[in-house]
Amino acid sequence: MKSSDLQAIYVMWLRQIKRFVRARSRLVANIAQPFFFLAILGFGFSSARFPGIPIKLTYIDFITPGIITMAVIFSSMFAGISVIWDRQFGFLQEVLVAPVSRISIVIGRTLGGSTTAIIQGLIILAISMILGVKISVLGLLPALIFMILTAFMSVSFGILIASRMEDIHGFQLIMNLLLMPLVFLSTAFFPIEGLPNWLKYVVYANPLTYSVDGIRGCLIGASYFPLTLDLIAIAGLCAVMMGLGAYSFSKCEV
Amino acid sequence: MIIVRNLVKIYGKSIRAVDNISFNVNEGEIFGFLGPNGAGKTTTVKILATLLKPTSGTAEIAGYDILRNPDGVRRSIGIVFQNPALDDQLTGIENLDYHARMYGLGKEERKRRIKEVLELVGLADKANVLVKNYSGGMKRRLEIARGLMHYPKVLFLDEPTLGLDAQTRRAIWSYIKKLNREEGVTVFLTTHYMEEADYLCDRVAIIDKGKILVVDKPEKLKSYIGKDVIYVECLNSNLLAEKVRDMEWVESIKVKDGVITLGVKQGEKRIPDLVDIAQRNDLKIFSISMRKPSLEDVFLYYTGRRIRDEEGTA
Repeated sequence: MKSSDLQAIYVMWLRQIKRFVRARSRLVANIAQPFFFLAILGFGFSSARFPGIPIKLTYIDFITPGIITMAVIFSSMFAGISVIWDRQFGFLQEVLVAPVSRISIVIGRTLGGSTTAIIQGLIILAISMILGVKISVLGLLPALIFMILTAFMSVSFGILIASRMEDIHGFQLIMNLLLMPLVFLSTAFFPIEGLPNWLKYVVYANPLTYSVDGIRGCLIGASYFPLTLDLIAIAGLCAVMMGLGAYSFSKCEV
Repeated sequence: MIIVRNLVKIYGKSIRAVDNISFNVNEGEIFGFLGPNGAGKTTTVKILATLLKPTSGTAEIAGYDILRNPDGVRRSIGIVFQNPALDDQLTGIENLDYHARMYGLGKEERKRRIKEVLELVGLADKANVLVKNYSGGMKRRLEIARGLMHYPKVLFLDEPTLGLDAQTRRAIWSYIKKLNREEGVTVFLTTHYMEEADYLCDRVAIIDKGKILVVDKPEKLKSYIGKDVIYVECLNSNLLAEKVRDMEWVESIKVKDGVITLGVKQGEKRIPDLVDIAQRNDLKIFSISMRKPSLEDVFLYYTGRRIRDEEGTA
């Protein structure tokens, strides 16, 4: 890899960070939405008991990992939107005509989008601690690894779709249509135990299940699957998605 | 500096956007593609900039083949796209700095060069302003500056003054002349403004429907038309026209709405003749004006259409 390729990765990363910091209203909205989910659902269902939630945990403890995952995924999708955005506003041409490899551009975008997504996940994590959720300090680092893999996976997915699309509204529509069911069926809001059998298989097939379950295992010590299984599943999915995303972007034309 | 051989680009199955064009651009010259919207100008630029692959044919830029060595081409060229390609959430300086990094310029060099190009386009005092607060003309100047950052051998300008007002357009023109002179960079520009091609270009290729019709210096192109056009406004225009019609220097004559339009050679010598004829016949002339044929007339001559007719449809 040439030094200009490393520079390209750095530039694409730094650009995402700067845009992120400068777009304050977006940041506020991105934090506010998961915060409302956390506070309203968390306190609203605080006295409800679900089969599958260990008795020592309150409902807000249970959904915190789910909301963190949700925050990471939703903001990761902005990396996809920014590809379409750059195409519409012409900046993509400037990047594609530079004497750097496409792969370095994808890596830079993925790192940039993931960084901002993880920052938002961490902000939600901090808020949940303020709200009194019992977080295992030893689990923070492993949880961060899950968050990073989740961010890489979803940013790559966003880039995969965005490389083929020209319409921002279409992209948002697809994402909302896809993401909401995926988030709801990832055990983010309710445990797998109470579900009918056919729905359980949907949950097993859902990549986000392993993110949520892994982060939950790390942060509050109550995962449904063994943590190693979660890790292998999410790492494998992440690798596949990154490959597809990079391939798709390398083929995109302006 | 640029050698293009039998370049063809077919979109879909049958749209021949670029139809077998060949031309050369010499080092240090400003070369222009003049033609209406949809003539294939932007497609040609994108192929030369390695953003699109040609259907057949090839080209060489600064010694690098666009198909075999696209990276060499990319390092040798700067490009200003038809649509703005800036990140407007970043400042002017950030846009330039990021560009320079991707082209492998070192830290000190970046700093020095940013200052240089910003001064060249007169944006030094706006360097730290977010691009979204720039005017259209400022954005275009910043893009030109960015295209020059990495000392390209060839600078591509795709419709550099599209959508700008007359005053800003003139300012951009003077910057283009200046960078060509001071940086010695070869400029390849596309435009559908005749005045722009006429004023800026050392040589112009007239392109229509994917084909190059003619390539030459603007003065040469206009002299192909071979005549001046004289307009005479007078009291009894039909009578004057009768008297003038049989003169051997008149190449064409038309009377409409009291105005006589004459196509002649060496128009400046014919104006006194016209006045003589009018006085001898006691005819009162209100005004006489003469103009040199423009590139518009050249385009009309080669295609039978005016470039302006195409405007507003794209």
